[in-house]
Amino acid sequence: MKDIASWALNIAAQRGASYADARIADDRSRALSTKNGKVGGASDSESFGVGVRVIADGAWGFAASDDLGRAAVEATAARAVDIAKASSRVKQRDIQLAPEKPVTAEWTTPIQIDPFTTSVEQNIDLLLKIDAELRAVAGVTLAETNMNFRREEQWFVSSEDANIHQTKYTTGVGYAAYAFAGSEIQKRSYPNSYGGQWQNKGYELIGELKLLENARRVGEEAVALLKAEQCPEGVFNIILDGSQLGLQIHESVGHPIELDRVLGMEANFAGTSFLTLDKLRTLRYGSDLVNIVADARQEHGPGLGTFGFDEEGVPAQCTPIITDGLFTGYLSSRETAHNIGMNRSGGTLRAECWNRLPIIRMTNISILPGDKPLSREQLIADTSDGIYLETNKSWSIDDKRYNFQFSCEMGWEIKNGKRTRMLKNPSYSGITTEFWNSMDAICSRDEWIVWGTPHCGKGQPQQVMGTGHGAAPARFRNIKVGSAYKGT
Amino acid sequence: MLNQNQAADIFERIKKHSTADEVEVLFSGGKSALTRFANNIIHQNVAEENCVVSVRTVYGGRTARSTTNKLDDESLKRVVQSSGRLAKVQQPDSDLLPVPDSCGVGAPAREGLPTRHFAETAAITPQQRAETVKKIVSTADKHKLTTAGIVSTSESVEAVFNSRGLHDWHTQTSSEISITMLAPDSSGWQKANSPNVANLDATALAEIAARKAFESAKPREIPAGKYTVILEPAAVLDIVGFMFFDFGGLAILDQRSFLNNRVGTKLFGDNINIWDDVAHPLQSGVPFDGEGVRRQKLQLVENGVIKRLVYARATAEKMKRSEHKDKVGPIEPTGHGFPLPNEMGEAPMNIVFGETPKPASVDQMIASTERGVLITRLWYIREVDPYEKILTGMTRDGTFYVEDGKIRHGVRNFRFNQSLIHMLSNVEAMGTPVRASGEESFDMVAPAMKVRDFNFTEVTKF
Repeated sequence: MKDIASWALNIAAQRGASYADARIADDRSRALSTKNGKVGGASDSESFGVGVRVIADGAWGFAASDDLGRAAVEATAARAVDIAKASSRVKQRDIQLAPEKPVTAEWTTPIQIDPFTTSVEQNIDLLLKIDAELRAVAGVTLAETNMNFRREEQWFVSSEDANIHQTKYTTGVGYAAYAFAGSEIQKRSYPNSYGGQWQNKGYELIGELKLLENARRVGEEAVALLKAEQCPEGVFNIILDGSQLGLQIHESVGHPIELDRVLGMEANFAGTSFLTLDKLRTLRYGSDLVNIVADARQEHGPGLGTFGFDEEGVPAQCTPIITDGLFTGYLSSRETAHNIGMNRSGGTLRAECWNRLPIIRMTNISILPGDKPLSREQLIADTSDGIYLETNKSWSIDDKRYNFQFSCEMGWEIKNGKRTRMLKNPSYSGITTEFWNSMDAICSRDEWIVWGTPHCGKGQPQQVMGTGHGAAPARFRNIKVGSAYKGT
Repeated sequence: MLNQNQAADIFERIKKHSTADEVEVLFSGGKSALTRFANNIIHQNVAEENCVVSVRTVYGGRTARSTTNKLDDESLKRVVQSSGRLAKVQQPDSDLLPVPDSCGVGAPAREGLPTRHFAETAAITPQQRAETVKKIVSTADKHKLTTAGIVSTSESVEAVFNSRGLHDWHTQTSSEISITMLAPDSSGWQKANSPNVANLDATALAEIAARKAFESAKPREIPAGKYTVILEPAAVLDIVGFMFFDFGGLAILDQRSFLNNRVGTKLFGDNINIWDDVAHPLQSGVPFDGEGVRRQKLQLVENGVIKRLVYARATAEKMKRSEHKDKVGPIEPTGHGFPLPNEMGEAPMNIVFGETPKPASVDQMIASTERGVLITRLWYIREVDPYEKILTGMTRDGTFYVEDGKIRHGVRNFRFNQSLIHMLSNVEAMGTPVRASGEESFDMVAPAMKVRDFNFTEVTKF
């Protein structure tokens, strides 16, 4: 592969590029699903190609091709330079990259079981057993399951002599039960909604999640929601389960800290950010209990943002984002790091595949668990009056990431430290910094899980990326609840 | 780019590698380029060539799909085998139909389809895209604004071949411009696309976006509540697009549609008529579905009444045997199926709103509004309630307060929680449908709408 990359880099240099890198990627995925007792989908997919990124005349160009023959690779590199020179027609200053020591390295996701070696028949059988458990509950009108595997092998070679071979594995699995009656559709999912739990792991993830053991309960909860009380509207103390808190982090911390958004580079599509540069190390983002990091390192856990190197050859790092409530860091790249006075990238430039330009993406944006032992049940017991919200149902936030609204699949009223009655259609809303400043408790390490968000969209052309979010259940005081149904 | 002869050759090679009862191959790909600008410079600029071959095999009522972009013989053999391995471990599916034959099903004449391939668009260079960006930046500079956006062009092919002799082929070009103009505390936005780049006027779009930016400067906060709103076409498509996946027959059979028990009932106002029509002159896209069945023109909503659903072949057969069969209107394959196997079935993706006898321009809607809000664009829309079709989302990039028939000032953006059913029952005026493009839903031919009692629940900080 280094030879193929060299063809690209040589042509780029000959045509006048001052910097070039070539990423060759071989991507393989499998998707299995069932619906109401039948296989819903069974598919394999592979994609192979090269993306060449260059700086010429002080501006960026990128071209990609599925043809890895020498003539096509050289033409692709020449096209990248041509595009860069066109870019330079509308520039103000030359691109400058923060220095990065080039490395020769190998990195692979540590997995126990290669998911592509497992039996498709057994995997479909497991999904159908879950499906049967869900539908064994009277009132369940639709059962869906899914199991997904991905292997991304990539070779990164740059004109600065970086040479990195990296292979990442991802496994995802989940299911949902729907109940339709009268004028209402309710849904429960496990382990999370919209595809379940996803991690950078091998097949071992499937065995860890107690999938079959939870299916009956999930089906029963979907049906029970039809008869549950509507979640009231008002101001309440709320406890979010870990998966919902993970998505809250994703939307109200992960996106606003992307430095490209802050600098206006995403203004036309994904939006900008309220976190203007003056807020670094001055903004009280959350309460003293809020400690959030961007950590792509293996030791952080098997999040979808775990890797050895980002897509411009920068090693995985841990950046403190919120430290004891103070805003302390952005997600950066070699091009943008100087804007925050850094002389090195934070290592967050990622691409969906070979045919996409790497852009700043979340890695694992995780809230650190509380120091003092605190289980979820202890947290509920410590709450005299509130609502416990579980499993995301919908999510929305404005284009500067101030105002958000989330709804969850299921809520529980908490009275005097006990869960009393099930509540349907719970939702909550607020302003990002006001919300994080209201956090007054978070559970400890035993409750902390790295949740996967596999379908985060950003960029033009849009790219879908997996991000990780370590989270534990946490409590927030005086939050607006129930606006989603107000006036409708 | 792949041509028909090359595709036919690949299909023959795939057939030779297969021992399956039936084989279907989908081709998609082409070349695309996108020039992206922000802060009045080009900051990203990309081009791509790719061709994907997707093989579906059928063995004794069992099917699976395998996809690759490697077109050498060894890779094609591997995907055929991979598809077979995934198919053979399943139980036979009694709902699976043989692949359609070369006649298609209910195939309308292809001759009515407008040309969607334009050589000038296919030949656009990076230098030409950069010159277009220059025009937009010049407009921004003239108004002392900052601009961000894209200029993109592409040439693509979609094709289907199967072992019963069906083959169909579609090539087209696309071009798109999206512009955001940013002032210190406000912004404006415009977007347009067309198969023919000659139909796009970058400077005109930039001027409108700029005007929205400076006219909404110093936005004031007005309280949330119910307002008459004027939704520009992009805002209409952003929100209504969320209901069309429920018009698939399988969504009814799965009981996940807001149309469960509502087909044939009057759900919207008398003035709402909606078609799906891939051949409409302002539409774009492929005239056949994931199995190669030609897309039919259908009226989905007539004077507010839900008239028709769309069907993939297997869904139609299933519906005919179901308890719903007498309550869902005509049941036949309509050419709206997704590639098999899938869980979603089908959906109409070429939406065309019917013309109103007395169309009103946006200016006329403003002039007739005592107190209301003009909305350029909606953002981050998500479903809150699947049966009442309550959606939440935000306004963005040009939101204005209207009073006594005039735009008075920009306002801080709102969060809405709005039932689509109520919204389409409260449409007081509509414009002439135009080709509209947003970011929350697929492109469609949609009008501007004046809607009463639109439900804003919160206000954000800008």
